Amino acid sequence: MNSFFSQEIPISWYLLLSAVLFSLGVAGFLIKRNLITVFMSIELMLNAVNLSFVTFAHQWHAVKGQIFVLFVMVVAAAEAAVGLAIIIAVFRARATLAVDRIDLMKL
Amino acid sequence: MHLILFIVFAGFCLAGAINLLLQSHPINSALSLIVVMTSLAVLYLLLGAEFLAIAQVIVYAGAIMVLFTFVVMLLNAGREERTLGSRSARKVGFPAVVAILGVIATVILRAQGLGVAGLRDGITSTEELSRVLFHELLLPFEVTSVLILIAILGAVALASHGDTDSHGNRDPYGNPERTAGK
Repeated sequence: MNSFFSQEIPISWYLLLSAVLFSLGVAGFLIKRNLITVFMSIELMLNAVNLSFVTFAHQWHAVKGQIFVLFVMVVAAAEAAVGLAIIIAVFRARATLAVDRIDLMKL
Repeated sequence: MHLILFIVFAGFCLAGAINLLLQSHPINSALSLIVVMTSLAVLYLLLGAEFLAIAQVIVYAGAIMVLFTFVVMLLNAGREERTLGSRSARKVGFPAVVAILGVIATVILRAQGLGVAGLRDGITSTEELSRVLFHELLLPFEVTSVLILIAILGAVALASHGDTDSHGNRDPYGNPERTAGK
């Protein structure tokens, strides 16, 4: 039972999980055709980076890494509020959420 | 114990992230993103970040995702149409994603000196966290509070429907000066 609780896993597994989550977020950003889902992919990327921060804070016993995650969360909350307000404004102007039809800035 | 918890919740994380990509309805994507965020909270707990685990559940899985689901329902977002996407996304984007993942994975797997994480390593208490936050990093903390205040004001200004003036004409841009002048 004692060895059951003292099991350890390498830090690199956490970092790999974080890298894979980040890549899935980037892939979602490119694949998804709905404005809200594209925004969700950005949140997924932010979460992946947060996992890296927490992992390194654990590795180096640094509290400031965790505090940085707290700041990222605050910025993500602000970003979500402003971003969703912009999405509502775009929807009101265009009556669509498909990114293919919101392409006025496209070259 | 640590290994089992890690495998189970890392699996949930990856399954949720892949499901987010595969679902075509935004509300299903939002729900799978909640699964990802909640499993990440458990992983934070395994890494000894108890405060962040709770903050992750409350702020991310709670507040931010409620905002997302609320907007999905408010705008009545339906099934997204699948298109091939832009040419640049196919030609540059996806190879770049694979390249980035490959480079990061190689660097991580080759890195020396990365330790191990166990349940015995102890947790960072909220007391320890707040001591650093409110002594050394007080100024950034106050700056973020100003930031979030500005963000709230900006969100209200952007999403406001435009006021109706006394003549019943709707001002589509919600310009307060125009409305006040009439």
